[in-house]
Formats: sequence, C-alpha cells, structure tokens
Amino acid sequence: MKRFQATDLIYPALFGISVLVLWQLIVKGFSVPAVLLPAPSDIWAKLITSLPILWVDFVQTVIRAVIPGWIIGSLSGFLVAILCDRIPFLRRGLLPLGNLVAALPIVGVAPILVMWFGFDWPSKAAMVVVMTFFPMLVNAVAGLQASGHLERDLMQSYGASWWQTLVKLRLPAAMPFIFNALKINSTLAMIGAIVAEFFGTPIVGMGFRISTEVGRLGLDMVWAEIAVAALTGSTFYGLLVALERVVTFWHPSYRR
Amino acid sequence: MKTEAAAVPSLPARGEGQAFPVAVICLVILVVWYIAAIPMNWVVTESKIAAAGGGAADILYYSWNEQRPVIPAPHQIMMELWNAVFMVKPWAVKSLLYHGWVTLSSTLLGFVLGSLFGIALAIAIVHSTFLSKSLMPWIVASQTIPILAIAPMVIVVLGSLGFTGLLPKSLISMYLCFFPVTIGMVKGLTSPDPMQLDLMRTYNASASDVLWKLRFPSSVPFLFTSLKVAVAIALTGAIVGELPTGAVAGIGARLLQGSYYGQTVQIWAALFMGSFLAAGLVWLVGVAERIVLKRMGARP
Repeated sequence: MKRFQATDLIYPALFGISVLVLWQLIVKGFSVPAVLLPAPSDIWAKLITSLPILWVDFVQTVIRAVIPGWIIGSLSGFLVAILCDRIPFLRRGLLPLGNLVAALPIVGVAPILVMWFGFDWPSKAAMVVVMTFFPMLVNAVAGLQASGHLERDLMQSYGASWWQTLVKLRLPAAMPFIFNALKINSTLAMIGAIVAEFFGTPIVGMGFRISTEVGRLGLDMVWAEIAVAALTGSTFYGLLVALERVVTFWHPSYRR
Repeated sequence: MKTEAAAVPSLPARGEGQAFPVAVICLVILVVWYIAAIPMNWVVTESKIAAAGGGAADILYYSWNEQRPVIPAPHQIMMELWNAVFMVKPWAVKSLLYHGWVTLSSTLLGFVLGSLFGIALAIAIVHSTFLSKSLMPWIVASQTIPILAIAPMVIVVLGSLGFTGLLPKSLISMYLCFFPVTIGMVKGLTSPDPMQLDLMRTYNASASDVLWKLRFPSSVPFLFTSLKVAVAIALTGAIVGELPTGAVAGIGARLLQGSYYGQTVQIWAALFMGSFLAAGLVWLVGVAERIVLKRMGARP
C-alpha cells in the first residue's frame, strides 16, 4: 500500500475549513440575503431540525432507486461484457454502439421512463439502470482485454479452460477497469435518480424536495439536501476506493 | 465509427472490420423495436384494433402508427424529425434546429469555459505540491455532488442576480466538464519521463519553457481524450439546465413539454436530436485531434 502521510489529510481539511469560514464571513459580513446564499451555520441548523424529512427523502431516492439501480445496471453491463467476450461478433458490433451511447445525453430518457414505469421509485431505478449499464459494458470489455498475451499463453500451456482463464487471469486483470466503471456509475446513479424526479414523483425524494424548495425560495433546505447528497456521494465513492484497494492490491498504483 | 474510418483512409480498419457487425446489431435492434411496439402499445391500441376488425394487418397498422404511443415505431420518430428539421423554417418554435441551436450554443460556451478552467487548474496543480495535495481531493469530491440536481437552484439564484439566458446554463456545463479535463491534463502534464525533465534542466529551461516546450506537447493526446468526454457531458449539462426553469427553448425544454402533454413522439425526436448533437460534437473533437496530432508529427 502507498504510504499514507498526515499531510494528505491535513491539507485538504485546512482548505475545506478555510472555504467554509470564508463563506460564513462573506455571507454574514456583507449580509447576503438568505434567498441567494445561506450561511453554513444556517444550513447546519436547518439540517439538524429537519432530519426526519431528509431521512424519508434519502430512503426514497438512495435506498429505493440509486442502490438497486446501480447494482442491476452494473451487473447487467458486466454480464453483457462477458457475453461480448465469448462471442467476438457481438463485441465488434456492440462495442462501437456502446461507446456511442455512453457519450449520448441519456438523462433525456427520463421522461419516457417515467411514462413507462409510473411516478414512484421504479421509474427512477430504471433510469439508474439505463445510465449505469453502458459505462460498465465499455469498461468491462476493455478490462477483459487487458491481460497480456504472455499470461494468456501461459494459461493456454497449462491447458486451462476458458472459464478457468476468465476467473483466474482475466477477471482479476479487469478489476481496475471494473472499479473505474463502478466509481463513474456511483456519481451517474445519483444524478439519474434525482433528475428522473424532475419529471414527476410522489411528494417525496431528494430531487422533488430540491425543486419544490427552490420554488419556495427555501434555499437553506436545498443546501441541506445538497449536503446529504454530497455526503452520500462521497461515502459511496470512498467505500468503492477502499474496496478497490483491497481487491486490486497488486496494481502498480498501490505498490509502495 | 464508419465515418471516422472513411475520413482517414490511411488508417487501417481496426480489428477485423466493424461495419458489418454493427449493421447486424442495429438491424436486430430495429426488428426487436418493431416487434416490441405491438405488445407495449396494446394498452392504447387494443380498442382501435378491435373496432377495425382485429386482423393481423390492423394490429400492425395501429401498433406502428398510433398518435400517442407508449413507444413510437422508429419510422414515426424519423418522420417527426424530418418534419421538425426540414419542413419548418429553422427559426420557428416548432423547429428542432432552433431548439438544437439554443442548446448547442450554451453547450459550446460551457465547454470552452470549462476546458480553459480545467487546463488552468491542471497547470496550477502540476506546479504546486500544496495545491495538488489540498485541491485534488476536493476536485474529486466536487464531482460526487449531483450538480445536475442542484442545477435548478443555480439557475434560479443566478436569475435573481440578473444573469439569465445563456450564461447560467453554460455554468452548469462548465462545472461538469472541467473535471475530466483537469484529471486528464494533470496526467498529461506529468507524463514526460524524468529523463526528459532532466534534459530540460541541463538546458537551464525556465518553468514556463518546460511547460510550453515539453509538458504541454506531451499532454495533447490526454487533452483530446478528456475533451471528448467533456463535450459529451457539457451537452448533458446544458439539456438538464433547461429542465427546471421552465425554459421555452432548447432540447431540454422540448423534452419537458413533451412529457407534460404526453407527446411521446416529440420526446423521442428531441432525444434523437440531442444524440445526433452529441455524436457530432464528439466526432468534431476527434477530427480536431487527428489534425493536431498529424501536424505535431504523430504517426497513426
């Protein structure tokens, strides 16, 4: 593992704290109206007092839509990637299309999915599935090609079957790519679920709360939701990074 | 992909040729789409089919030509696209070219601003250990915030400050697309190996000389890879930026209106327009990449 220095933690913490202090000072010092930019202290106060609402929104958006969608989307992308690997014709046909689709503004599918799956969480989960599928497909296919010819020849000379080669050589070699896709997907999943809520939702959910509170100019509540979203996103990302370190301990970027 | 290969005939086809498999897969998708349209549209078409007699021809006709289908048949989308692009004046409200242009202009402004900001940030990070240690974690963290979700607030707040129209949407595009540029450029600017950096030192080159004559040229391939990602998400940002504010023009506004009034075909047409824009922009960056790399003497 890379040596972890105290400065790796202190510098960013100092930077973050100074930004917060500066924010507080500017807002209070110039008495910026709260409808433009609430001070961090106001946001914190709102956050503490409206925990039940925030929790309900969190359950609706993250637990019901983001996490199941992220798992289904990533898993199906991965399975199709393995299928592509087995059938070269499929790979040559599907990969250029996958690359193309990964660049498209997929969030635009949201209104269609809301029409198909209704206002509640299934349409949001479906949105997350659609958004996370292609990055995983493209990355996993690239990852499965990442093992070198020498290693593959070695497996061949051992008389290893396709499955054995896959499990013992090519999947481990693909892990950095797969984790890359999982990390991209963790952000995309949050975006997908929240954007899908703009197109119609039951009266609960982070996207719903943000858009209605903006309409009522309750910006402290909006920032409280943002804080929850940011914390969720960073935790999600951080967990993936930690897991990646454990799984791909052999990778050059983690060697001492 | 086909057009890319055609544009540079000197490049050998990658792999064993992709055109045929891609065409087959596209054909399969089309066939599945047409077949799936029958059961999916059944809810809306059932009574009409029964009224018309219920024969196989009726089923096909009504499933593929429904005015407000659950899923429109591909030819309906193409017709709508054709009508909205070529059959109306480009500046009319019904024209998708007009809406596409509105979205494209804020995309491009955001893309340019975001890329410049991203490059500047990367240059600062490469030259300062303090910045790289303090800023990098926050840059990564900034992307875990679902900015698209707070886009409405950004637009409303900027609107109340007097900024309306192009700029707020562009700022969202900019926020989204600086990230891949910064990450890619930090990698690119640090890609010269120590030998080359040592050589520059023996020449007594200043930091700006090293930057312009060594670091920047060697970062160009990284730059273009990031720019391709950046331009695609800049477009996404611009579209989402149009959603919450009740914008009257732009691809996002078309999507929203379509979903309010149940105009499925209109949604799909807007979606296709956005996809063509995205593919076109990525392709243009690819062309620029090839021209620049060629002038820099790179060999394919």
